[in-house]
Amino acid sequence: MIDFSATHLQLFGLPQQYGIDLNVLESRYRELQTKAHPDRFAGEDETQIRLAEQWSGRINEAYRVLKSPFERGCYLLTLQGIEPFGQNQPAMPPDFLMQQMQWHEQLAEARSKADKLMQLEQSVERHKKSLLTDLSGTVDSSAEQAALILRKLKFLFRLEEQVGEALEALE
Amino acid sequence: MSYSEKVLDHYENPRNVGTLTDEDGDIGTGMVGAPACGDVMKLQIRVNEQGVIEDAKFKTYGCGSAIASSSLVTEWVKGKTLEQALEIKNTAIAEELALPPVKIHCSILAEDAIKAAVADYQSKKAVAEEYTACQPTS
Repeated sequence: MIDFSATHLQLFGLPQQYGIDLNVLESRYRELQTKAHPDRFAGEDETQIRLAEQWSGRINEAYRVLKSPFERGCYLLTLQGIEPFGQNQPAMPPDFLMQQMQWHEQLAEARSKADKLMQLEQSVERHKKSLLTDLSGTVDSSAEQAALILRKLKFLFRLEEQVGEALEALE
Repeated sequence: MSYSEKVLDHYENPRNVGTLTDEDGDIGTGMVGAPACGDVMKLQIRVNEQGVIEDAKFKTYGCGSAIASSSLVTEWVKGKTLEQALEIKNTAIAEELALPPVKIHCSILAEDAIKAAVADYQSKKAVAEEYTACQPTS
């Protein structure tokens, strides 16, 4: 019953693609987790228990990755042999970097102004959403393009984090 | 993880922070970013007619090592020709700042920023020369 070589998607009986039904993921995750729960193996020998623990950990990890659009995208590209954050990826486009620079400048200026910070937060959020939409259309068809979108998203996550920290500091 | 004294020095007193405004077409701007950590770096150089870098400024949003690496290269490129500037290797930056292995990518970013700034200057210059060449010589 345990196949450690299955992909995260195979584990949950899902098709090998980016677009998946998150409700199906959720219910299969619960089913599998119940089956593999180490408590069910109480009283059995050590090996069985250890195996159940490993299995349970494997299911949790696969679920964590597939649930997140960003992680799922990275994972599917890795299966295709593409490392979105590998050393040999092309440089980021200058206009994107310019935009990043501007956002960071706005963040530095807005440090103590909650309304400005919230405006910035919203524009980062909008940009992130549109990138996530682009991502869903590219992972299965155009891996290189998807890898670039994932790299862009990583910059936005970082920025979002910093805007969040600045907002928290104001409270 | 603790920063080396040199990193702290550049971090606390960064050299040549700012922006160069391009009025005479003698500025090259290099923009680079590291997706893994979200750092962004802008390096600008002002180049005279002899092809020597007269001034350099940077703006970096990132960790202390990224700031120190870019601050250091603005000092290093000044007075160098474009060719000499392109010879600056990330290993030299990392060594000078005693960067730990996990921060080597910051020095790579700084090296890439020099290359990008030089390339930007050269492409602008090529366009300008082409433009001059097309002017009628009455």
